[in-house]
Amino acid sequence: MLILARRIGESIMIGDQVEISVVDIKGDQVKLGIKAPSQVKVYRREVYAAIQAENRAAAAAPGTLPRLEELLGGTPPQPPPPSEPPDPSKSKP
Amino acid sequence: MKVLTKPYGEIEVEERQRISFPRGLFGFEELREFVLLDATQQPFYWLQSLERVEVAFVLIDPRFFRPDYTPDVDPAELSDIGIAEPEGMLIFAIVTIPPAAQRMTANLQGPLIINRNTRAGRQSISSNPLWGVRHVILEELARSRAGRAS
Repeated sequence: MLILARRIGESIMIGDQVEISVVDIKGDQVKLGIKAPSQVKVYRREVYAAIQAENRAAAAAPGTLPRLEELLGGTPPQPPPPSEPPDPSKSKP
Repeated sequence: MKVLTKPYGEIEVEERQRISFPRGLFGFEELREFVLLDATQQPFYWLQSLERVEVAFVLIDPRFFRPDYTPDVDPAELSDIGIAEPEGMLIFAIVTIPPAAQRMTANLQGPLIINRNTRAGRQSISSNPLWGVRHVILEELARSRAGRAS
């Protein structure tokens, strides 16, 4: 890894289009300014790592899916409960 | 074409269900070819890898439980897969199902964006701080239904 020492207001170039400058330093926190073309994506590493980890967790799920309506506590409209069999004598006229 | 799938074994899939991710998904950059299947359980879909049968993601339309969802991704990422206007894209969130299924979550920070016409897709990173990687689907669905009822 290349390690460079920079002061506030100084910057480094990565290639000829990406510039990273040190904007401020307070205690153990450094504020960086980043200038890059729009096709170069800049993220905090944690965001990238969180999405990667979440994808891995999602892919490890079993091949069966839960029934959403059951999980919600709703009762499915069909079939009717077995304790109440349909009564032909009470059918509509 | 016949495809071996993690949830359903070998099934017949139409060519138009094929989706390519030229850059893969985060953590799965080497996998580029997938098929999108309607799951037998609504409102879910499966995104099945054609290269590794054991890799299949459960997807959901985020607006099913978050009607206010907008992916807020960089327009450059949309043009990267040839999307010129919002109507040309499909948006999905990847679902993570833990052993306690009622705690299943959707990743709204890393939505999948698919070009309807070319069926090229990519996983983007939303710039909206409202969206995280673990939204508990049932909680937010209950909240959105309660909001609609009142």
